Amino acid sequence: MKHLRTEPRLADPDALYALLMEAHRGLDDAASRRLDAKLVLILANHIGDAEVLREAIALATQRRNSGA
Amino acid sequence: MRFPAAPPGPPGEAAPVVVAGGGLVGLTAALDLARRGVRVVLLDEDDQVSEGSRAICFAKRTLEIYGRLGLGQRFLEKGITWSRGRVFRQDREAYSFDLLPEQGHEYPAFVNLQQYYAEQWLVEACEATGLVDLRWRHRVTGIENGPDGARLSVETPDGDYTLHAHWLLACDGARSFIRRAMDLPFEGQVFRDRFLIADVTMRANFPTERWFWFDPPFHPGQSVLLHRQPDDVWRIDFQLGWDADPEAEREPERVRARVAAMLGPEVPFEIEWISVYTFRCRRLERFRHSRTLFLGDAAHQVSPFGARGGNGGVQDADNLCWRLAAVLAGEAPETLLDGYDAERIPAAEENILHSTRATDFITPKNAAALAWRDAVLELAEGHAFARPFVNSGRLSRPWSGQEVAPDAPVLRDNMPDWLLRHIGADGSFTLVAREEEPPALPGITNILLADSPRLGALLDHSGLACARLGLAPGEAALFRPDQMLAARLPASAAAAILAARDAALAR
Ligand SMILES: Cc1cc2nc3c(=O)[nH]c(=O)nc-3n(C[C@H](O)[C@H](O)[C@H](O)COP(=O)(O)OP(=O)(O)OC[C@H]3O[C@@H](n4cnc5c(N)ncnc54)[C@H](O)[C@@H]3O)c2cc1C
Repeated sequence: MKHLRTEPRLADPDALYALLMEAHRGLDDAASRRLDAKLVLILANHIGDAEVLREAIALATQRRNSGA
Repeated sequence: MRFPAAPPGPPGEAAPVVVAGGGLVGLTAALDLARRGVRVVLLDEDDQVSEGSRAICFAKRTLEIYGRLGLGQRFLEKGITWSRGRVFRQDREAYSFDLLPEQGHEYPAFVNLQQYYAEQWLVEACEATGLVDLRWRHRVTGIENGPDGARLSVETPDGDYTLHAHWLLACDGARSFIRRAMDLPFEGQVFRDRFLIADVTMRANFPTERWFWFDPPFHPGQSVLLHRQPDDVWRIDFQLGWDADPEAEREPERVRARVAAMLGPEVPFEIEWISVYTFRCRRLERFRHSRTLFLGDAAHQVSPFGARGGNGGVQDADNLCWRLAAVLAGEAPETLLDGYDAERIPAAEENILHSTRATDFITPKNAAALAWRDAVLELAEGHAFARPFVNSGRLSRPWSGQEVAPDAPVLRDNMPDWLLRHIGADGSFTLVAREEEPPALPGITNILLADSPRLGALLDHSGLACARLGLAPGEAALFRPDQMLAARLPASAAAAILAARDAALAR
């Protein structure tokens, strides 16, 4: 069974962060929320593995994201 | 039309089976029991069939049950057949689905029909059996439930009486008196939203499909659902939001304006019925309380997105009646009734799950839920992967925890026929065998399916029957009287067949 991968994997995190900020620029709160939701839906479908997604949701909803 | 009020019962009256509530589900149960030779006393506080905007979508499984009860053709003739749903966002289509894309079934995915037609036919069919004592304007006002049945107090226009029901089917609807009198909690969720349901007569050229709009130009920010019914009547559900004033929304002029905005100024229409609803999902913890059994809305309530209320209730009756008939005939112990709880509670859970999810999608609880809903709708238009997320109602299907006998076209003596008509048709268990004649066993009706013409067999000319049953030559499937699969086994295994039948009868 596949598991959520949590080790650092992106070559250029700063660039991704900037892309996300750019995508949100000029959007009001509601539009921003829609954008994030769309992103999650698109990526979730790309991942296509319910167990991995469940782990991701569990990780995101942890009270303190201080690592395991 | 009003039914005549019945006189009170004689003093000290007892009856083997009493059905309390002659709505869709109580009438179905009474007819099913009568078809199995069981005498039924049916009490209803009213003297007419249901009026106004209630169930319209009758699902395939319900139609099959009414087929078994002899009413299937009436539904097909009068009802509006459909299988496709379309979902729009604003003025564009976001998603469409076909609920029965394959051929070779006697009944379609859905038939739309006003609930009062169904109830009227059920009343007539109950009367025709001569076994159902229909007592209109008999209201249950008291109940004492014990291990030997329920002692009911009944109020009628001509006086009160008591009735000892050895078995009681509580089919008295969502506000069930019996449930409240027995102090049984009915827990669940209320959705903070209001819906205007308008039944409108018009000559319109919408196709015979279920159309659902999110945020349409004629009703911005809310959803609308459109269904066609017989007699040029159309059902339109307008979502109003929680803050709407139900009294003001019921004003005919206000409703006219909403409908006119939808149809355009040139379409003439007449309003038949207006109601404003708030929906909820909830159920009883258990449906069986010694010899009192709860069915239909008395046992569970769902929001109507998915048409799971009436359809779920009819399936309760289907599940219960053969059991009760077997117990009354001494063929099975009373524990057979525990199977009703074991199957219909998870079935109700499943119905509640689906209608809760649909209602949550249609009525987002907060800004985040709204953003997610709109994200799905925006993506759905251009991207197939997002369409299955669109939830305007997951339409009624049989409980996923059991296997219903499949339908398929067959030939009998060269005449077109349907497989399902032969399963449970005479009230007993049915063994369907392929190619090999099964042994004759007491209480089990044999059906032989043949690959090539053979005397006394049903010819599986298209191969669909055996394919859907999953039968290889020499194999057989045993079905309960309610057409649910009991076992698959070799056609010749007499001892195993009897053991499977006995297990299904809890003996
Ligand atoms: C707007 C709307 C749309 C719907 N659409 C659909 C749909 O498309 N498909 C679907 O399957 N379902 C639908 N439903 C749900 C469906 O109408 C119900 O699930 C169904 O009517 C339940 O049947 P019932 O026999 O359990 O209860 P009811 O039909 O409510 O019948 C209860 C009966 O009990 C009688 N009664 C009550 N109290 C007493 C008493 N104390 N003594 C004697 N008699 C009593 C009443 O007179 C009544 O006849 C819809 C509901 C609504 C409101």
